[in-house]
Amino acid sequence: MSGPGVSLEVVDLAKSWGAVDVLQDVNFGIEPGGFLTLLGPSGCGKSTILRLVSGLDEVSGGQILIGGKDVARIPAAERNIGMVFQNYALFPHMTIAENITYGLNVRKVPKAEKEKALARVAELMALGKLLDRKPSQLSGGQQQRVALARVLVSDRPLVLMDEPLSNLDAKLRVEIRSEIRSLNKKLGITVVYVTHDQSEALSMSDRVVLMNAGNVSQVGTPQELYDRPANTFAAAFIGTPPMNLLSPEDVRAPATFAPEGGMEARDVIFGVRPESLSLGRAGAEFSATARVESLEYEGKVFLVHLIAPSGTRFIAAHSGDGAPEEGSEVTVGWSASQTHLFSKTDGNRRDFTL
Amino acid sequence: MNMRLSYGMGFILLFIPCSLLVAFTHYPALKALLNSFWNNGSSFRPSRFVGLDNYETLLEDDKLMQVLINSFIYAIGTVPLAIALAIGMALLVNSKLPATGLMRLSFFLPTMLPMVAVANIWLFFYAPGIGLASQLLNAVGLPSINFLGSTDTSLVSMMVVAVWKEAGLFMIFYLAALQSIPTNLKDAARLEGAGSVRIFFTVVMPLLRPTTIFVAVNALINAFRLVDHIVVMTRGGPSNSSSLLLYYIYEVTFGFRDFAYGATLTVLMVVILGILAAFQFWVLDRKAHYQ
Ligand SMILES: Nc1ncnc2c1ncn2[C@@H]1O[C@H](COP(=O)(O)OP(=O)(O)O)[C@@H](O)[C@H]1O
Ligand SMILES: [Mg+2]
Repeated sequence: MSGPGVSLEVVDLAKSWGAVDVLQDVNFGIEPGGFLTLLGPSGCGKSTILRLVSGLDEVSGGQILIGGKDVARIPAAERNIGMVFQNYALFPHMTIAENITYGLNVRKVPKAEKEKALARVAELMALGKLLDRKPSQLSGGQQQRVALARVLVSDRPLVLMDEPLSNLDAKLRVEIRSEIRSLNKKLGITVVYVTHDQSEALSMSDRVVLMNAGNVSQVGTPQELYDRPANTFAAAFIGTPPMNLLSPEDVRAPATFAPEGGMEARDVIFGVRPESLSLGRAGAEFSATARVESLEYEGKVFLVHLIAPSGTRFIAAHSGDGAPEEGSEVTVGWSASQTHLFSKTDGNRRDFTL
Repeated sequence: MNMRLSYGMGFILLFIPCSLLVAFTHYPALKALLNSFWNNGSSFRPSRFVGLDNYETLLEDDKLMQVLINSFIYAIGTVPLAIALAIGMALLVNSKLPATGLMRLSFFLPTMLPMVAVANIWLFFYAPGIGLASQLLNAVGLPSINFLGSTDTSLVSMMVVAVWKEAGLFMIFYLAALQSIPTNLKDAARLEGAGSVRIFFTVVMPLLRPTTIFVAVNALINAFRLVDHIVVMTRGGPSNSSSLLLYYIYEVTFGFRDFAYGATLTVLMVVILGILAAFQFWVLDRKAHYQ
């Protein structure tokens, strides 16, 4: 299936502001019509990547290939990219219709064609009755729809979105989230989406680029990021609650356990997801003993907050009956297939043998 | 806080500012209005009520007519120019050019100087033959001009001084307004293919409109208020060519000691300023800002 979308590939992208390196060696790509999410904590450089791709800021190094063509050094207006900004960036002095058709006016699109395009996106985004209003007369969700309409009206093959949902309340967020996803599928446009919310990233994306302090930490499908975090940063960022990271002195491993690559068994970090831990399973391949610090009721599960003898805190998601008592000692067990292993020195994922 | 002032204390706190306002604003204004209906008294002839006589004089006063025309030209000439210059300077200072701090300081400097000092600087500048302005003219082969001594140039010369002095202050207002415009509005326009000129006229200028209205009305009021430089530089001359309403009031009242007619002119001035102020509030109330 080939929609109107284009491919995007970012190669060795770098950006510095003066002496400060904000981005280094950023590499990722997405096929035409795909949905790629840049995920990471605030300040890791996500917006900077969008501004470089769109041409609002100049790259310090690297290539930006759109449909195979390097656009890193051509002006923003010639890149044919649409962008949705975090706080909508609607022109407050213009009506909704004027906001949406601003770009068409700049490009001197004939009147009849312009009105057809306006009617089309107004219908698509359910804005029909609002076209004569000013942005300040609209709710946050409506303003966000206008911002989307302004981008969609020009039929851009690539659309960038910088945390478009962060100013909306939780219910609206879920609603517009699925709206954006279905627009991406229905119209076939390529979307690069920025968020700091990992559950948003996992639920929407074809591919996720996890960023950490200006570097790419891991690129993959949501499943890959969840099932095989490439390093401790990815492990601790993905999942609610995220993966537990335990030091070897707290973990009882089988006697045959050996990390690959000539690593000592005490130089590792064990990773295990809270939902993989089962309480009171002494016979499991891997186990740990800990004291129950507190309980958190989450609806279908209890989050059992545990503290290991070394002082490390971790969490077990307990879905069975009979929650343990606070202050009691418990043993939690898990299997080898649920075990993730990382190097203590560089934090990267390692394999192991049993 | 549930501390309450006693009524006595509250009364005292209100009384002090109110009495200042009455003593220095409302009473003199009212007194001027009353005086405008009386003629000038002297030691052997006390002043008496003359009704609208002073206002009849006012209507037939050719000199007043010229002064009003001067004031009008002065306002219409200086206000748009000062605003255009202020916007230009604010854009420059707000840009990513180097040394914007130095620019900001030098643009604002004229505003910080007292008007009398400004007037003295420009006296040297305009001095016939030896002043910088004349030397510049000579350098390009033109004869020097007696800027302040000729009826053709004296008013324009005064207007240049006013623009130079006022633009820096207005720049500060525009700078604040420019910095409050979210940059992503300009970014969004840029991605739609708008160039910087188009962005300026379709995005920046409309968002500066409240500032422009505010500045324009204040500039207009200042155009009627500021006469220090005229006192220092031309004394309204030659032959009233640079005289403005307020300077004329000063001349009539304290030069000719015609207090009755001075009071009448003052009433005229207050009425003009009152209309300007009312106009400002009316415009500001209607559609001046958006959010
Ligand atoms: N114009 C700039 N000048 C200097 N540093 C900047 C500039 N813009 C962004 N930065 C820095 O770049 C880093 C990444 O910023 P940003 O891309 O906005 O992060 P994110 O969108 O992931 O929260 C931050 O540390 C920020 O301080
Ligand atoms: Mg950001």
